Amino acid sequence: MLTEFGKIFVFLLVAIIFVAVSIFIAKLIRPVRPTKEKLKTYECGENPVGTPWIKFNIRFYVVALIFLIFDVEVVLLFPWALSYKEYGFYGFLVGIIFLVILAVGMAYEWRKGDLEWARPKPNIPYLKKIIKNQTGEINQLQSEESKIE
Amino acid sequence: MFEFLSDLFGSQIIAAFISAALPLVFIVPFVIFAVWLERKVSAHMQDRLGPMRVGWHGWLQTIADFFKLLQKEDIVASDTDKKFFNVAPYIVFAGTYLVFAALPFSSAYIGTSLDIGLFYIIAVSGLVVIGILMAGWASNNKYSLYGAMRSAAQIVSYEIPTAIVILSIVMFTGTLSLSEISDNQTAYFWNWYIFGGPDWGLTKFLVLPFMIIGFLILYISTLAEVNRTPFDMPEAESELVAGYHTEYSGIKFSMFFLAEYGNMFAVSAIVSVIFFGGYQSPIGYLGDALAANWLIPFEQLFWFAAKGIFFVFVQMWLRWTLPRVRVDQLMTLCWKYLIPYSIVNLIIIGIITLI
Repeated sequence: MLTEFGKIFVFLLVAIIFVAVSIFIAKLIRPVRPTKEKLKTYECGENPVGTPWIKFNIRFYVVALIFLIFDVEVVLLFPWALSYKEYGFYGFLVGIIFLVILAVGMAYEWRKGDLEWARPKPNIPYLKKIIKNQTGEINQLQSEESKIE
Repeated sequence: MFEFLSDLFGSQIIAAFISAALPLVFIVPFVIFAVWLERKVSAHMQDRLGPMRVGWHGWLQTIADFFKLLQKEDIVASDTDKKFFNVAPYIVFAGTYLVFAALPFSSAYIGTSLDIGLFYIIAVSGLVVIGILMAGWASNNKYSLYGAMRSAAQIVSYEIPTAIVILSIVMFTGTLSLSEISDNQTAYFWNWYIFGGPDWGLTKFLVLPFMIIGFLILYISTLAEVNRTPFDMPEAESELVAGYHTEYSGIKFSMFFLAEYGNMFAVSAIVSVIFFGGYQSPIGYLGDALAANWLIPFEQLFWFAAKGIFFVFVQMWLRWTLPRVRVDQLMTLCWKYLIPYSIVNLIIIGIITLI
């Protein structure tokens, strides 16, 4: 007797067999002519510089952590969402209290700036001084710059 | 369908394998059609013609491309982590294909009639992230790794608004089974959940605006989950070459492609099942009018495919309408707008359902 999850396992098998068969068919008809240049890691035609396995931005880790909290929350809320109507307003309130606690946690993260992604600072051009006498002012600025240099 | 097949062959195992292979018969032609459609749509939106040479208006172009990809040399660069590099296409495709197991194609065919279909779909769609991370890491390529990390961060972030909107639908309908949700929205289009569900009463009109908000949140976040523009950061051609599948070539690349387009249809189908009646016809069945019951499942398959392809078309449309967002904008949109809105939406729908 095949259960519903057994059918899912058959789906998984079919997916794997499909990929394996198509890769096998391709193997039969494709050429294999590797050269040293061909097997080099792609980096826009240049020789690859350094290792790509680097230390990564910590932001991705923080996002993964926050995701974990929310995903667990959603998993816990699914049974509640199915059955809260049986318990009327009381059942609804229980779930809402749970949600509110999480919302407070999220507000704390938001306030602390963990949800901010590093963004480039805007480079807005501005004038150092208001130019009164055009020629004179430019000359003055140029002379100041030459002094600094 | 499964019962019919197991009666025909006298064996449940053979029946299970055949019924599990049926979505494949749908996905492969769909992908061939969708790739052609994508090229045609993008061409016509930019006042070009697109592929015209192979077949009438180029409709055989994708098939020709497929045979070309089949003959391409499979290059595995010498610095890659070969084990993971070769396993990644299997996992990505399996993650996509397992979603199709719970989609009700018509009242006669559903891969597995799980009671927890929606929950199962949220769970298995996470498998794609593992495959993408594996591909990006094993490629030993900077573009791949950046693409994979961005993709993983994006997919996991946008899974939360998706799950919360689905949660609010579960509260409203009281069921997790996709075929039951489809059956609730039978007869005409005003019974769809986007128009407040099949019950005529105060609830229907109260819940209607919040259903539309829920649909918008769900559609935006599914768009991000399949890495489509405006959220195609992981594959941004102008900066990351091809993202996590830069190093792949030939048939393995086409497996990623197949999974990507399959995923596009899968999320569109989920949106259509939840809000737009799934396989239910919006205007009644021809089979009922002609008293031909055998016609109804085929009509349902037609409506299911038509709704799915319509939403895939909207995804393509958006691709040529909106510019790509930055990474910080992407995360801001998810964490500071979609998640709070979807939680408030959930609470409001919960209160309305309780009344």
